[in-house]
Amino acid sequence: MPYLTDRKRAVGAGASGSGTEHHWKMTLSSVALLFLVPLFVVTFGNALGRDYAGVLAYYQRPVPAAIALLTFLVGFLHFRGGAQTMIEDYVGGTARKVAIMLMVCLAYGLAAIGALSVIRLAL
Amino acid sequence: MVQFTLPKNSRMTTGKTWPRPEGASNVRAFRIYRWTPDDGKNPRVDTYFVDLDDCGPMILDALIYIKNRIDPTLTFRRSCREGICGSCAMNIGGINTLACIYGIDEVEGDITINPLPHLPVVRDLIPDLTHFYAQHASIMPWLETKTNRPAKEWRQSIEDRKKLDGLYECVMCASCSTACPSYWWNGDRYLGPAALLHAYRWIVDSRDEATGERLDDLEDPFKLYRCHTIMNCAKTCPKGLNPAKAIQNIKKMMVERVV
Repeated sequence: MPYLTDRKRAVGAGASGSGTEHHWKMTLSSVALLFLVPLFVVTFGNALGRDYAGVLAYYQRPVPAAIALLTFLVGFLHFRGGAQTMIEDYVGGTARKVAIMLMVCLAYGLAAIGALSVIRLAL
Repeated sequence: MVQFTLPKNSRMTTGKTWPRPEGASNVRAFRIYRWTPDDGKNPRVDTYFVDLDDCGPMILDALIYIKNRIDPTLTFRRSCREGICGSCAMNIGGINTLACIYGIDEVEGDITINPLPHLPVVRDLIPDLTHFYAQHASIMPWLETKTNRPAKEWRQSIEDRKKLDGLYECVMCASCSTACPSYWWNGDRYLGPAALLHAYRWIVDSRDEATGERLDDLEDPFKLYRCHTIMNCAKTCPKGLNPAKAIQNIKKMMVERVV
């Protein structure tokens, strides 16, 4: 353990000057998901049980397609922020940085797959 | 970083069971954490029996009974015995609280007493609060002014004074911070509920002129934003305060600076 004063150990490198933006983005996406998730469940429920042509026709309507697209994008953006916080909580050192990189790739990848799938259905 | 298992030298062992007081009929068992750095052994749990007919009603009374009559080597901090100094904070029956204001009758069955969780132990029930106090010092726990007017009395409205209620009463016993999982895992960087409650106490003080600097010092993903509103702090506070609410108010002020 390095010889540091108690104050030096407590203050460390000081405040990073960020954090509120992440907090505000998470708050915004939470509020958006509060409306989007029920709407997505309702619209997705309406599409269930239809044949392929029926589902295609349903998601070619702008409202169900927009709801699905926004739910995927906002949902995975929210997942990215939440998972980053969780990793920061439980993992330390280099593993923390690597885990965050992998998680960001996963979140953006899944968001892209979801968005492209909806766009393909809609167009 | 999170630790799911205790280090080998911290694993608990069964200690000594001390004899029951002779002729006593109203007896409670106290299972108390014991560890000394002198013998190189792992911590152990000693069992003591206290005659409740010959002892005061509080947990601290029982600890003093044990120290005076059974085992003088039992070590713990205490001072005011009325919930003001915060010295006798410990984990009693799984709850972080002050031994002097926690009744023996508030715990069912055998009473387990451990030092505050997730802090280095100095000896027996005494945790090392060095880092906790240094974090408190880092938030500048004093009135910071830039101007020299008024020269004498700095007045405060009744409404502004009321904003300090629920904040100034904190006695820095560390019960809240050591009940917080975020503080357990990231206590080196996260300030914890107690220090943040004190930070808010000075941020919200109408006479303080360093509000912006105080908020700047907390603008950090770890110092402030490790609070996930788990609320253990509010649940365990022996003074009935709500550090989580104070932290939430700091976050609100942070957002108001940005949006």
